[in-house]
This record gives sequence, structure tokens and C-alpha cells, in this order.
Amino acid sequence: MIMRESIVMKIHYGTALGAVFLVAIHIMMRMTQDFHESLQYENVIANYEMIGYAILLELILILISVHGFNGLRVILLEIRQGQSYEKGVTYGCIAAMIALVVYGSNTIISVHLGLL
Amino acid sequence: MAAVHPKISEERSETIVSSTKSVTLRIKRSNPEVSSEEKFDQFIVPVEKWTTVLDALLDAKSHLDHSIGIRYSCRQASCGSCGMKINGKPALACFTKISELNSNEITVEPMDNFPVVRDLAVNFTRLINNHKKIMPYVIREDSEIVPGTGVREMLQTPEDVEKYIQFSSCIKCGLCNSACPTMAMDTTFVGPQALAQAYRYIADTRDKGKKNRLQIIDESHGIWRCHAAGSCSQVCPKGVDPAMGIQMLRSYLLGIRD
Amino acid sequence: MEKENNAKEGIKGWISPAKYGKFGIERFAWILMRITGLGLLAYFIGHIIETGNILSGEGAWNSMLELTQTTEGHIFLALVIGMCVFHTGNGIRLMLVQMGYGIGKPARPDYPYKPQSLNMKGKACIYATIGIAALAMWYGITVMFG
Repeated sequence: MIMRESIVMKIHYGTALGAVFLVAIHIMMRMTQDFHESLQYENVIANYEMIGYAILLELILILISVHGFNGLRVILLEIRQGQSYEKGVTYGCIAAMIALVVYGSNTIISVHLGLL
Repeated sequence: MAAVHPKISEERSETIVSSTKSVTLRIKRSNPEVSSEEKFDQFIVPVEKWTTVLDALLDAKSHLDHSIGIRYSCRQASCGSCGMKINGKPALACFTKISELNSNEITVEPMDNFPVVRDLAVNFTRLINNHKKIMPYVIREDSEIVPGTGVREMLQTPEDVEKYIQFSSCIKCGLCNSACPTMAMDTTFVGPQALAQAYRYIADTRDKGKKNRLQIIDESHGIWRCHAAGSCSQVCPKGVDPAMGIQMLRSYLLGIRD
Repeated sequence: MEKENNAKEGIKGWISPAKYGKFGIERFAWILMRITGLGLLAYFIGHIIETGNILSGEGAWNSMLELTQTTEGHIFLALVIGMCVFHTGNGIRLMLVQMGYGIGKPARPDYPYKPQSLNMKGKACIYATIGIAALAMWYGITVMFG
């Protein structure tokens, strides 16, 4: 699957803008209670059980994984060049992105559905 | 018949010092064809308020060490031949006065990101190849003026010219490519010089090759590896401002401009 | 032939402190963007793994909190706040610049050939972003240390 670099970069900018907005909401949620209280087990579980918040976290996970690993890919491509290295970096970053999304989604979905 | 004076000119090897001020010129010496050794040679040269780095280098070459390898031509910032790193920053030697460097020690090195031919002279093949890659000429079907068709010239208004004239000032000195942080690591990056020239032609109302050029630079080592660090514009001696051209070019690819 | 025509300065071109004195604040913003980006990615990966502890029950969660809700943890988080604010602010500035806003208009160049794209507006935005990041770090510290 080969995507034109302009499409990749539009995704990079789009995920950045989306993530800024959603992370701001995520941080503000921590400030609806006292900071230390908001990190207590019951309060965290309560947050995950809200469907809206679970969707928010899932979206943040996907957007930041895509943005972050694409950024890493760009830096690694500038450090060294070569066809096999570049393919390795691209597929490696995609794999890492998917792995992190799967791991994080497992946490969000399991806690949201009460499968603890 | 007039008398001939046999000693009308005599070559002198010592430096004639007329100025009270002198500076130390440290020149990086290397000859990759012979060995990988690199060293700095020091020369004390006299300077006046108006002495340029090129004047000082040629003084050292003429009177102190004829073997200094240096490329220069016009001595007036028109040809782009004398680009080098002066006290760590890429600059044209003919366009940089010793007095404006505010230092008694001037370190001169070949430009970064270019293979060294000898001492201060570097290989421009990559710059030229990248420049050719973006098709640096007006592309249109009727680019040949055919006699008898009534077409004599392609007209442009002063406003049309103003859109690209800045970028046409490029003298291919390579300072921008030398300063660019992406070029410091990425040997396949097309470079700010080529990208600015791609914009020069796209912005030219006579040109119809926009789609082709945008396709050429829309790749993983093309325009997207520019991150607006601005070093290219900082060092450009002709006010081309490649950073501006590249961002305007990017706005085409982002769909902001048609 | 390829090797003869290519040469690169290498990592010195990215990390040598001398560069940042000579090339202005825009280059400094570029390297800071990279550093904060990598830092945030590393934090994000750690955060996903750390919050995954909730699946192991209250005991594991509280153990994780004991590890992270320390003075060092708070200072680290304050740094993350600073990195996040800078990366966001500078990212927005870069998006606007890369869309062609705030870089001036092409014009016939004249001596001393000052580049329009490296204008005071852009520099002020970078300094403002650094200032706001510092303020955010200070605010984060006041919240975390009560």
C-alpha cells in the first residue's frame, strides 16, 4: 500500500488538530475534581464507564498514535536513507502504531465493559 | 623609439603591509583525491575597513601559499562561486567584509553538505541534478515562437512578474543547501534551492507545468522534509527567501491555493 | 557515483550548539519541536502502559500511583506539560506558516536582502509559545504540589 506523501502529511496535520482539541478535554476532566482525587481507582473506573469519555480516550489513542509514529517515521527517514531501510522504518512504525492502539483499546474497552 | 624598462614589474613574494590591522585567517585544507587528512592552516593578512573575506583569501593565496584551493569569479555576489563557511555560517566570501565579522580570527571552511573537491572548492553535482529534476524552464505547448503566427512574446503585467521575480534572483551559490538542517542528514532531500526554483516556475504565469512539478516534489524526500527552520533564508545573499517559496509551494499541495 | 556526489554534515548539523547562535530562533524552534515530539511519544507510550495497570485491579493501580505520584514524578509531569504546550503552540504556528500565512508576500528583493518569511511576527510567536509553555509548567506544578 503506497500513499502519496501529501496524503500522509494531511493525515499528520489533521490528527494533530484533532488531538489538541480532545487532549484539552481530557486534561480538563482531570480538573473537574481535585487532581489527586481524580486519580483514585474508583474515579478512574467511573470515567471509563462513561461511553462519551471512553470514546474520547479511544479517539485520543488513535490520533496521537498516528501522529506520533508518523513523526518518528519522518525523523528516522531523515537520519538514514536506502530502499530497504525506508520500507523497514515505514512498516515498523505502522506496526508499532497498531500495537499501541490494540493495547490501549484493550484497556479502554475492558474497563468500559466491566471486564476487570 | 621609447626606452624599455626591463624591470617594470617584479613579482614579490612578501606581503606588503600598508594597514595597521591584520587578522588571522584559518583555512581548512584537504585534498580528498590524495588523502583523507584535514587540517587548518593559519595566515596573518592585513585588512582594511573594506576588505572582504575573498580579498583576504586571495591575499593569502597570492603572497603566502599559492596552493590554497578556492573557487571565485565575479567578486560581486552575482556568480555564486565563492560560497563557503565563514566563522561557522555559510556566506559568499566576496559579499562578507572582515570588519562585519567582529573577530580577529576568521575561520574559513568548505560548505557543509557538499563533497569537497579541494580545500574550499566543493562539488555541485547534487545541487545541479536536483535543480534539473524540477524542470527549471517554462513549460507550455506553444513555448516555441513560430514565425507567421503573430505571437511575438508572452506578455506579463508588472504584478505577474512581482509574483516570481524574487525567486528568479537565485545564483545557485548553494548556501541554502549548506545551511539546511534536513540536508545535514538526508542525502536524498531535494533541497531548498530546487524547491524555491520549483515555486519560481509554478508562480510564473507563462508556465503550464505546475501539475508535473508538484508531482515531482510530492514524495517522501521532497517538499515534505522541509520543516520551516528558515536557515536557508537566513543565509541567502540575494534575498530569494527560499523558505517563503517552499511554504507557498506547500500551500498548493495542501489545497489552500489552486 | 552516487557516493561521490553526496556528502552530509551528519548529526552535528542537528545538535551542535554553535548552530543555534548563528541561525536564529526558527532553527531552535525546529530542534525543540523534534525533541518535544520524541519526548511526548515516549511519554505517551509509557502512559498507555501505565494506565493499562487498571486491568490488574486496585492494588496494581495504587502501586503504580505510588511510583508516579512522587516529587520526581510531578517534576517529570511538569516537563511533559511544558513539552506538550510548546509542541502544540509551535505546531499551530507551523501549520499556519506552511499554509502560507504570516510569511509575507513576494517582492523585488533589495539590499540588505532581509528575508520576509523570518519576520518579527513569527519570532514573537515562537517566544510567546516558549513563555506560555513555561507558564503552563508553573501552573501544573502548583496544581500537583497542592
